[in-house]
Formats: sequence, structure tokens, C-alpha cells
Amino acid sequence: MPSRNRRHRARSVVGVLARVATFAIDGVDPRRVLVEVDIRQGLPAFTIVGLGDAAVRESRERIRAAILNSGYAFPQQRITANLAPASLRKAGPGFDAALALAILAASSQIGADALARVAVFGELSLGGEIRDSPGVLAVAEGARRAGIRRLIVPVERAREAALVDGLEVAGVGGLKAAVAAVLADEPPPLPGDQARVRAVPQPDLADVRGHEVPLLALQIAAAGGHNLLLEGPPGTGKTMLARRLPSILPALTRAQALEVTRIHSVAGIHREGLIETRPFRAPHHSISAAGLVGGGSPLRPGEATLAHRGVLFLDELSEFQRSTLDALRQPLEDGRVSIVRGQRALVFPTRFVLVAATNPCPCGYAGVGELCRCAEPDIRRHQRRMSGPLLDRMDLLVSVQRPLDEELRGPATIDSPRARERVSVARARQWARLRGTSATCNGELDARLARIHIRLDERAEVAIARAYAAGALSARGRHRVLRVARTIADLAGRDRTSESDVLLALSLRQRAAGEGTLAA
Amino acid sequence: MKAERDGPEALIRACGQCLGRSWLLGRLAGHLDVARSRLGELLALDDDQLIGAVAGRDRATVERERSAFAPDAARAAAGRARLGLVCRCDHAYPRGLLDLAAPPAVLHFSGPVAPFLDACGRDPVAIVGTREPTAYGMDVAVALGRQLAAAGVTVISGMARGIDAAAHRGALERADQGDGAAEPCTPATIAVLPGGAEVPYPRAHRRLHAQLMRTATVLSELPPGTPVRRWMFPARNRLVAAIALMTVVVEAGDRSGSLVTARVAAALGRAVAAVPGRVTTAQAAGPLELIAGGATLVRDGRDIVDRLFGVGARTLAADARPALTEAQAALLRELESGRETPAAIARAGPADAALVELAALELAGWVRRGLGGRYSVIP
Repeated sequence: MPSRNRRHRARSVVGVLARVATFAIDGVDPRRVLVEVDIRQGLPAFTIVGLGDAAVRESRERIRAAILNSGYAFPQQRITANLAPASLRKAGPGFDAALALAILAASSQIGADALARVAVFGELSLGGEIRDSPGVLAVAEGARRAGIRRLIVPVERAREAALVDGLEVAGVGGLKAAVAAVLADEPPPLPGDQARVRAVPQPDLADVRGHEVPLLALQIAAAGGHNLLLEGPPGTGKTMLARRLPSILPALTRAQALEVTRIHSVAGIHREGLIETRPFRAPHHSISAAGLVGGGSPLRPGEATLAHRGVLFLDELSEFQRSTLDALRQPLEDGRVSIVRGQRALVFPTRFVLVAATNPCPCGYAGVGELCRCAEPDIRRHQRRMSGPLLDRMDLLVSVQRPLDEELRGPATIDSPRARERVSVARARQWARLRGTSATCNGELDARLARIHIRLDERAEVAIARAYAAGALSARGRHRVLRVARTIADLAGRDRTSESDVLLALSLRQRAAGEGTLAA
Repeated sequence: MKAERDGPEALIRACGQCLGRSWLLGRLAGHLDVARSRLGELLALDDDQLIGAVAGRDRATVERERSAFAPDAARAAAGRARLGLVCRCDHAYPRGLLDLAAPPAVLHFSGPVAPFLDACGRDPVAIVGTREPTAYGMDVAVALGRQLAAAGVTVISGMARGIDAAAHRGALERADQGDGAAEPCTPATIAVLPGGAEVPYPRAHRRLHAQLMRTATVLSELPPGTPVRRWMFPARNRLVAAIALMTVVVEAGDRSGSLVTARVAAALGRAVAAVPGRVTTAQAAGPLELIAGGATLVRDGRDIVDRLFGVGARTLAADARPALTEAQAALLRELESGRETPAAIARAGPADAALVELAALELAGWVRRGLGGRYSVIP
């Protein structure tokens, strides 16, 4: 039957210029793309212009098959499709559905006017189904910003797109349904809340026994957004502790949750619904610089961006390539990373708390009785490998030790809800104090803001001056100690930073081996 | 020339023959290295015999260069390197060195001659040890250096990595404080280098070397610019042992060069002392062996001055660190009894109070943090 249709309709095609909106993902941001299709008399041909990549070129074959298999006619004429703006590089198969609808409109199989108020996003299969493609939430946000009334997306992603208010979302399973959604007055109802993936229970601090010092450091890291290094022998619980940091960070606001969901959606690692838990990313140490901060072609967000608003955990810090870690410096400093490609710079957000873990020596057992098998120079070399630029950007350096037997048998020190409560109160204090500045927490204070917002009492001044004079701190280290001291004061509800705050910050920062001591 | 303005005789007191000997050792440095197993007998030979013994095919060349050697050029070179010279013919040459079978012909040293000779006469004590010490060894070496310098005793060592450097640093700490106990221009410490005195060896200690050149004394038996060879380490060690009244070994493995120093000291009839360590620690093997063989046991600077000058003859200056509060003293006792981590100290209570106290103690110089967040008491 479809074949008869085709022969019949193909002769009656009248060329009209058809336009429909869709969106390209540029980094993690949507960019509006206008799909234009022009059909002329001439030898049958189908050209797509507008800086598309290989996936866009191949979409011609998918579109042809999908249109025919959905029971429409594919015009046997000269078809020119343009993806505007022509200067923007376009990647991926997400333009398929828009191109197919524009061809149907240009060949008068549907009314061209109807396309004016919709945007379409999705990949086509040869059979005419519309398949899931990553980045739907970003597309929906772009559509709302562009003032588009109705957005047609793959049905699996309808609920994701519907997270954006003020937009009619039509989830469709195939090209025919898409045509219906274009023409209908009301969009089809959203698919039911299919067996909502129950949020995996987050690991809780209540599981932790002992580890008094690291627990303290975790709470301070969460309260002030401070970067944390955990140093200790294998199997003592460094990873276990780091995994629990997201559970004590303050809950995401709706805007932050949308932002995180959009990033994860673009990266194609998002299952469904709004992401309400803080991300925790733990890339393996073999990761490349591009994998960590973003890159590749097409440009994809890196782990640092996937950890945005959450925790980036680097286990076995000393095993990472030096150049990879160096690439983390800008994201750590600025909270975003810009990647220059050709003439353009793309910006990815990267506000995360960095937690790194490392062994104190090559065998891992330095400082644990007589267990360590490493020679002193090896330990020193290992420590030196880790020193330098990245270590200087850690606010908290604590060692993690095997808990004592009595601690393992004892009760937990604190659970996550209680810790999160403390952290949230401390965060609220910072937020109120820093309103109107570029920072939102103590971990983001630059030197100028620190001078204004960190008020030390007299004895605290003396303590930090003594530590600095002793040579154990660099100027940057001093700045970091003061920021941590400020967070400790915030946790205690003090406006002035006191001597004990500074002393505690000092003891949670100093490097274990050698630095600043006489052992040169 | 600066040396002339200061009066050359104040700085350069070396005769031509001794300068020639010193030059020859530098010239034959490579040959001596080949024959270093017989170093003791070789150094005891006179110049002609020495050339005959080691120069081999180069003999004619060395003889020719030797006849062209000009002592004044050597003096000028020392002046340019800002080194003073004293030869073994000079009446002021340190007595102790004359006990050696082959006393160094010329001493090349930084700084003015009078305070240097004064320091050699000021009951010097050698503090030596391994280049790969434990944190405990480093702490003890620093403390001994500081205490001895404060008691007016010159600390002599070899500026090597590890214990040697720590002893110098401890002594300099005292000098930096400008304490009244020591006269301002007296070097509290003497570093004896294997090669030329003006070249820092090891290179990693350039800052320590510069500080020693400025405020203390650096000494060598070889002319300026002589690069380091292996035979120079035992040769240097014999100078350390001979100048010092007593040699204290802080940490040394079975085969450490500091045991050579201790052997030379014992052979010269000097006192030998050692700091005990744990029997399971490799670096404690040397000192424990020495103590078992009758060396003086050293726990702190007091043990050393008591042994040298008689009990109570000299007072050690009081500890310059801030006094301890009751709570801090209790904390130190905890650390000394083996509760070394904040968690152990807090005994499953919140750790922050313990951390605050530990940080205060660390700032005051009473404790140090080691690997694994373990704290130890600084002697």
C-alpha cells in the first residue's frame, strides 16, 4: 500500500519553502537552528548544507527511508536543506526529525504554517521511529527561551523536557505521531510516570566508624566548598569517606537541579527525571586531560563538568598524568573551563568540590608502624610527585588511618542528615555575608574578598603570623588556612574567627611528610 | 684584591711547600680515587713518593706541572674564592689535627681566621650520622646541635644529607637567635666538605652552604674548585674526628661512613658517643653497636657536656620554646606514651579539641607531624 501512495503523491508535489526550528547542543548550551527545505524541479537529489558533521550527512539516508516507511512520499526532485546559522558547526543525528518534517511540509504533505509554532528534536530510525537523543532538557530550555509554543521530542524524553515550565511538550514515538502532534490543537498527554526509578539510597555518614579527623574535614569541606586531600594506606576508607560527601552537601535548588540534569542529559548519561542528588564523579586515573575537563570532537563536557555542583573524586592522585592534573587548574580556580576551538571558545561550568585520595608512599603503608617497605628517597619522591600546583590548591589535607578496634565496635559519630543540617546553617551564614559578591561560599573567596570578609581576633592574628613566619606555609597556603578557619567559625556560629579556628585549620592542612619542617 | 686590603697575613697563612702538597692532592684526585683502598698509607707518603705511587703514566706531566706550580697563584685563587688558609707549619694550626698520621697540609676555610681558630679551640664536638635518617634521628640531631651551640660548644659535621645537615641547622638556629651565651662572631658550627670549600656539596644544600659561609665556617683540605671524588669522604671524615673532642653518632646503618668517623675518633683517643634508637630500626644498628662497645650513651646535650667537662661544669641554656600549659604537658605525656594520633588522644571523642592543642604545640616547636598524621615530641 505505501508504494501505491508514493507513486500517486510524488507526481503532485508542489515546491514550497518550509521552515522548522530545532536546536543544536553547543557544549552544554542549546543553540537555535532553523531547518529550511527548498524543493525544485530537477534531477532527484538531496543536499544538506550548513556545516553538518558525518552524522548529519548520513541523516539523508535515514530520512528517506523513514519518510517512505511511514507512508509518506519522498519527493523525486532536487531537495536542498539548509541548517541555519550556517556558521555554527552541527553534530549528531538530532536534526533528523526536523529535516523530515520540513521535507513533508515543503512537498505539501503537511501544511507549512503548522510548523511555525513548533520545534522538533530527535533521531530517526529507518522504520520511521523517533529515537532517544541526548540533550533534550537543554533543547527544551532553548525552546522556552526562543518563545516556541510546542516542542516535539522522543517519547522517552517527554518527561525530561516537561521539567521546563511554559512549554507544551509532545512526546512522540515516530514520524507519523510527530506529524499528528504538529497538527493537533492539544499535544498528546505526557506518558505516565513509569515506575519511577527509585532514587538509589545515598551512602550515609552513619555507616562510618572512627575516622574522627576525616569526618571533621568532610563537614568543613561541605560547609565551605573546600577541596580535600585524603592521604592514607590502602583499605582504610578513603573512597568510602569521599562517597559520602554528596550526602552532606546542601540540597540542590531547582535551578541547580535543572542545570545538573541538563549537563547530564547532554552527556547522554542521564536516565530520567530531575537529578536531585549531588553528582559524584570518580574518573579512573588513566583519564586524559580532554576527558577530565572536556574536549574531543564533537566537543563533550568532561568529568569536571559532570561533577558540577557535586563532588569530583580523584582516587590514586599520584597515578594521574601530570598534564591531566594541570588541566584541572583553571576549572578549580574559576569554576568554569573554557575550551578554544577554531575561533570559538566554549565555556563549561565546573563548580565542584574536589576530593583526592592518595597513598603516603609507593607501597602505601608509610606511617603505619613498621609495615612500610619503601626507602626514604622513594617516599620523598612520591611526596614530591604530588606536591606542586595541585596540592597547593587543596584547602584540607588530612590523613586517614585504620580505625581502632574500639571505634569499630562503637557507635557512629554523626549521620548525614544531622551533618547536612550543620552544613546548611553554615552555608546560609556565608551566603548572607557574601551576598552581592562573586562568591557564594568561603571556598570561593579570592584574596581580596578574604581580606574583607575574614575577620580575625587578636590571638588568631598572632597564631597565623607565627605559622607563616615559621615557613611552613606559602602565601597561598596561608590564604587557604584562613578560608578554612572562616568555615570552622561559621560551623560554630561565630562572626569573628578565633585562635582555635586558625589552629584547627592549620592542623587540617599541613602536609604530612617533611614540608615546612627542618627535614629538607 | 680584598685579601690585600685586609692584610694578607690575617687570612693567608700558608707556606709554599704546604700549598704545593694541597695542590698535588687536588691534581692527583682522579688517581687517588683508583687507589682509594690504600688511602691511609698513600696520604702518609711525601710528595715524590705519592706521585710515584699513583701517577703512573701521567708521572712526567704531573712532575712538570708541579715544578711550574706557583704558591702565590694558589693564594690568589683562595683569595678570589674568599677562603682563608692556614698550613700545618703555622703555630695556630689546630692542635687536634696534628694527631693524625697525615695531617692536612693546608686548611681552606671561609670567614676570618681568628674566629675559626677560636672555634677549633672551643671544644668542638662532632655530630655525624646517616644520610637516610628517620624523623626521630633528624629531631635529635637538630636538638643536639641547638643545645651544644647554646652551651658554647662548636658543632662540627660534614654537611651531608640527613643527620649532618640537621646538626648544622640546629647549631645555626642558636646563632640566628643571637643569644648572649655565644659571642656574635664565633661560628657555632663548622662544616667540613669533601671537595673545595666554596662549592656546596651536596648541591641540594646550597642554601645551607651559603648560610654556613656567611655566619659559620666551611672547611676543606683541598684547594678551591676541586670536584668531589669518592676517596674524599673518608679523608674528610678523619678531619671531623680529629678536630672534635668527641664524636657523637646519631643514626647510622651497618655500613655508614659515620662509623668510619667514630673509628678514627676512637683510634685518636677521642671520646665516642652515640644516641640510642629502637633495636628494630636499621638506622639504630650503628649507634647501638657503639654503645654496646662502650661508647657514651647520649640522650641530650647535657649528657655530652657532662661527659666532656664534668657533671654540672657547664649549664645548658634553658629551652627557648614557650612554656607549656598544664593541658599541653599532659598532651605531650600522652604522645610520649604511644598515643600518637589525634583520634587516639581524643579517645573516640570529638577530635577537634585535640587537633587545636596539637596545632598550638606544633607552632611552639614542641611536636611535629609525621607520616600518617602521627605526632611526635621534639626533644
